[in-house]
Parts: sequence; structure tokens; C-alpha cells
Amino acid sequence: MIELVAKSPAEGLLPKTIGTLTLSEVTPTIHSIAPLKGARLKDFPDVGKSAPYKGGTLIWSARGQYMLLDAPTPKIKAAITDQSDAWTSVTLTGDRAQALLARLCPLDTAKMAPGDVARSLIGHMSAIIIRQDAGFQIMVFRAFARTLVHEMTDAMTALAARQNIPDTSGL
Amino acid sequence: MRINCPLCGERDRREFYYMGAADYLDRPAEGDLDGIHKYLHIRENPAGVTRDLWHHEAGCSSWLVIERNTSTHEIHSVTLASEVAK
Ligand SMILES: [Zn+2]
Repeated sequence: MIELVAKSPAEGLLPKTIGTLTLSEVTPTIHSIAPLKGARLKDFPDVGKSAPYKGGTLIWSARGQYMLLDAPTPKIKAAITDQSDAWTSVTLTGDRAQALLARLCPLDTAKMAPGDVARSLIGHMSAIIIRQDAGFQIMVFRAFARTLVHEMTDAMTALAARQNIPDTSGL
Repeated sequence: MRINCPLCGERDRREFYYMGAADYLDRPAEGDLDGIHKYLHIRENPAGVTRDLWHHEAGCSSWLVIERNTSTHEIHSVTLASEVAK
């Protein structure tokens, strides 16, 4: 009998702490919810927002699409798919998380308040970026786990190195 | 260049992909061969105001109609294609 081993997308790669920042993997259950025409979206978040939902979090994730994290799916008129194994999810915490993202993402993440959600890029990868109280949660497609960890830890190393160089610019 | 997506707000150009002339929203009637020929192949190439379709590919995935000026690079308006094609 073959015994299959379940592995998380970033297994063996994380957590990593470099300088003031820590990158960790999280493994929420994820359901994509695409409401059909006429569905009643009670308690659903606005564009770019998230909301607590039945003990988990419901996030806006694209036009006409939501991702439900760590909660049972609602009974509404919607196309619902289990995508728990389809995404790599990481959290970035610590001082200067925004400076780190400025190197990888075209958004000004300093303008995001806790609970805000954006669909944008990390490097060349399409990503879901969620502002949390203690930092950011970032989700990319599962196949990009190694690339995400590589890009982010590279930028963390560069950011940490810069912190040790005295600023002589006079600005 | 920045594009002000009606859903996401002002975003960097690299999040968007150009999808061709906004003419694609006006489908010709079935059987109108001349209309289909024009729809597929005949395009204006103005030095001035033009209307394109763009896709917010790395963002909310909306299709957008963008009116812009090819001479000045000004963007005059950004509208959800679903609003235009209603
Ligand atoms: Zn958008």
C-alpha cells in the first residue's frame, strides 16, 4: 500500500527570520465563493475589504469572487470550490514590513488599514494581500511557493543589509 | 502610467493588460459579413483620443473601457466594460 504524505506548500522552507522581519507559513482552509446573479450577500465585505464570518474570515478577492478562510461555507446561490490546497499562504510580521513590500509590490501598502484586502503583484506573481493587525498575509498560487519564499527572503536579506549602512545622503 | 480602476483605485500599469480596441464590444449582427470583417480587421489608428479595452489582470480581473489620448498619454476615463456593454 502506498502511503501518501500531505505536505503544506512551503513545507521545509519556512519560517524564516531575517533582520526585523519574520516570514511564516499559514494553512487556512480556503473556499472560493463566486455568487450567482441574485444571491443575497448578507455580511459580505465590500471591494477591498474583509469581514469576520462564522469564526473565520471572508475576504473580497476579485470581481464577483470571495475567499472564505477557516469557516464553514454559507448556503447561498454561489459557485463554491474548496481551494485549501491551491494556495500558498504566508504571514509577514515585524518592523518595516511595508518597506519590504515596497521592494516587491506596486501598491502603497502603508495606506492599507487592518482588514483591507488588495489583489496585486508580488514580483511577477498575482497575489492576494491582506493587511492584518500584526503585519500582512500574502497568498499566491500553490505552485509559486518556492518562488514566493525566494523573492521575499531575498528582499528581506537586502533590507536587513541596508539597515547596517550609515545614511550619508544628507536627505 | 497609472490607471484608476473603478473597483481597485489607482494602480500601476503593470497590473493591466491591453486587450484591443473597444470596438470589440459592438458585435455585428449574425450573417453581416461586411460587419464581421470590419469588427475583426478594420481599426482606426488615431493620433488623439482612442478607446481601448484593458484587463485588470493582476488586480480585480475586471475588463475596462479606457478613453485615452495617444498623443499626450492622458487618460480621460476608465469605465467597467460591464457598464458600457449593458
Ligand atoms: Zn481592478
